[in-house]
Amino acid sequence: MKKIKKIKIKVNGKIITIIDKFTLGELVNDLKIPLSKIAIEFNKEIVDKKRIKKIKLKNNDIIEIVHFIGGG
Amino acid sequence: MKDKLIIASKKFNSRLIVGTGKYKNMFECAKAIKLSGADIVTVAVRRVNISDKNKPLLMDYIDPKKITYLPNTAGCFTSKDALRTLRLAREIGGWKLVKLEVLGDKKNLFPDMIETLKSTEVLSKEGFKVMVYCNDDPLMSKRLENVGASAIMPLASPIGSGLGILNKINIQIIRKQTKLPLLIDAGLGQASDATIAMELGCDGVLVNTAIAKAKKPFEMAQAFKNAVIAGRQSYLSGRIKRTIKGSPSSPITGII
Repeated sequence: MKKIKKIKIKVNGKIITIIDKFTLGELVNDLKIPLSKIAIEFNKEIVDKKRIKKIKLKNNDIIEIVHFIGGG
Repeated sequence: MKDKLIIASKKFNSRLIVGTGKYKNMFECAKAIKLSGADIVTVAVRRVNISDKNKPLLMDYIDPKKITYLPNTAGCFTSKDALRTLRLAREIGGWKLVKLEVLGDKKNLFPDMIETLKSTEVLSKEGFKVMVYCNDDPLMSKRLENVGASAIMPLASPIGSGLGILNKINIQIIRKQTKLPLLIDAGLGQASDATIAMELGCDGVLVNTAIAKAKKPFEMAQAFKNAVIAGRQSYLSGRIKRTIKGSPSSPITGII
């Protein structure tokens, strides 16, 4: 049986292991938060949310996903 | 004509802006905001909790279509961090009206005005409408105005201190020199502090801790609402001159 290749990425400061060929869109979808409520930074650059389905994740990618919380 | 607060060409009914931090829970926060009558609330930009997917979201409790979200850079200590935060905030859903706060002192939370000035200039050029948290310094306020600030927001006293307005004279000097919206941000402790700010001629006040940490936040939210309205009315009504002489309220003729 063919072994599924896995990669390591950093999401919001935590290292997580995912299967290869996962897209940024799939990763965000997995968090179950509507896209309209978040912003995404991919390797230190802000990403246009319309493009995330096309971005394939690679080993050592750094992703930050932010939203609004209570603050003064 | 109704007396409205105008910031970057947008009109708001309430002159009270409230923060959404430090409440016991989202329910309490949402109810206090409703009772305060605020049209604008400040919000922070933070990482999504990726391990707890069921955590309640602010937007589920406070509808950004009904209340204007004012993204804030609270917790940023450099211009770089502040710019990154607000660019991300804009990306969430097109927010251009933002509150800039670049801190320089972890103990007193005083703003770093050099970094604040730099950030204001960059953000204004990028099309942001920047409401700037600053010192109660007339010269720095002028410089912020010169680089494109949309509102000047001097502190009353350190954030969360509850000390009220420490330097009324500076606030009055800033009021006289600028036509930009002037809002007191930080340090208010009780409703009367908001009234004083409005009587000094400020266009509005921003309150978080004084409401969120009051023993009865809902009642305090209403108190601040009324205090801001009272202060504004008082300011517009033109106070009497101060004098050290007494002047009787009843006629002095016809005394029996």
